Amino acid sequence: MKPTAFEYFAPRTVEEVVAALAGGDTRVLAGGQSLVLEMNYRTVRPARLVDINRVAEFTGLDAGDGVLRVRPLVRHRAFERDISAGPLGRLLSSVVHNIAHPPIRARGTMLGSLAYAHPAAEWPAVATALDAQLDLTGPDGTRTVAAEAFFAGPFDTVRRPEELLSEARLPLLPDRAGVGFVEHRRTHASFAQLAAIAALTVRDGVIDWVRLGLVNAAERPVRAHAAERALLGQPADAGTLTGAARVAGEQDADPREQPHASAGYQRHAVGVLVRRALEAAVRDAGAVGDGR
Amino acid sequence: MRVTLTVNGERRELEVEARRTLADALRENCRLTGTHLACEHGVCGACTVLVDGEAVRSCLMFAVQCDGREVRTVEGLAGADGTPHPLQEAFSAEHALQCGFCTPGFLMLAAGALQEDPSIADDPDRLRELLTSNLCRCTGYESIRRAVTRAAGELAGGAS
Repeated sequence: MKPTAFEYFAPRTVEEVVAALAGGDTRVLAGGQSLVLEMNYRTVRPARLVDINRVAEFTGLDAGDGVLRVRPLVRHRAFERDISAGPLGRLLSSVVHNIAHPPIRARGTMLGSLAYAHPAAEWPAVATALDAQLDLTGPDGTRTVAAEAFFAGPFDTVRRPEELLSEARLPLLPDRAGVGFVEHRRTHASFAQLAAIAALTVRDGVIDWVRLGLVNAAERPVRAHAAERALLGQPADAGTLTGAARVAGEQDADPREQPHASAGYQRHAVGVLVRRALEAAVRDAGAVGDGR
Repeated sequence: MRVTLTVNGERRELEVEARRTLADALRENCRLTGTHLACEHGVCGACTVLVDGEAVRSCLMFAVQCDGREVRTVEGLAGADGTPHPLQEAFSAEHALQCGFCTPGFLMLAAGALQEDPSIADDPDRLRELLTSNLCRCTGYESIRRAVTRAAGELAGGAS
């Protein structure tokens, strides 16, 4: 199908973007890889479209002051290359290959994915697990929201219609952090059925820092706090990882029944994926942390 | 809205509605029907073209977004004298098409990738990842993979 008619704006400054958003029934066009699809289906019929692709200050990805700053026009693709952000860069580039296909990644953006809040999307769970800070710019200026408070449910965030997600700041991970990402999908081209994100550090055999996130395991992206507590201060051995993984499935996940996956199955699968992600992170930490 | 873009090296001024996708602008306004449309929601890749050298789904971009930009379609692959592009030669030699519907998309997907980094053909994992972007329902993937590898060799050999 073809989209319904809309008014098109292509502003060049943040101020003009915010002014255009104030008009109501307006959608932001960044990569458009989900929005245009929905417009083609006519499930979304905005009266106005604000194309932000000509706003020069929205480009750029830089690491400094302990954070990776991601602006609205940073495409998924940018993370395929080495972005020189240490373990965080390694994590993001292992995640990004799970997002759609190269031509989609050439257009789609990380911030667009966060704002769209698809339940099976990887970036929202990465942002939540790592405690990213998100800037929302609107008529009254810019407010900052922690990723964990940003996502309200499937396709739902606390962003107001007149606000733009103008920057995400992902904290850089400790230099000796190990990272792991494991995703399960029914076919190669499917959305994630479930995925687990792990980052941790090990000192003298004991886990002394950890971040754990779950994709598509609840109504919104999950930071697995209970499982993190089960890991902190414990030896990085098989017993700890398996026990914490079970906690993630039983306490942190809150899955909905699906036609091909009962809630019980999903809790079990979360446990398996979390264990594998943790094992990968411990191995990765060993590879980078030897002798420190 | 008035849009000026360069298609296969030729400057075009189009008068389009904002809702007109790049794919429809190419097919309907420019009468370049080599770009095929199937799913119109970004899954099949039949409509893949190059925008400023990068392979994109032309069904998921509006023509107005391409104002001032350079678009290359399958019609722009062959030389001015009609000599097929090495990718086209290789697709023919390796029998990388049956019904041909997906072919323009695969050609542009591969053209964009080889233009950016010819070494992708030497890396089986990256090449496979690239080729999963598009669908071929005659299931000619293996011959498509061989064709892209062959074309990469030809291109590296100095042919154009």
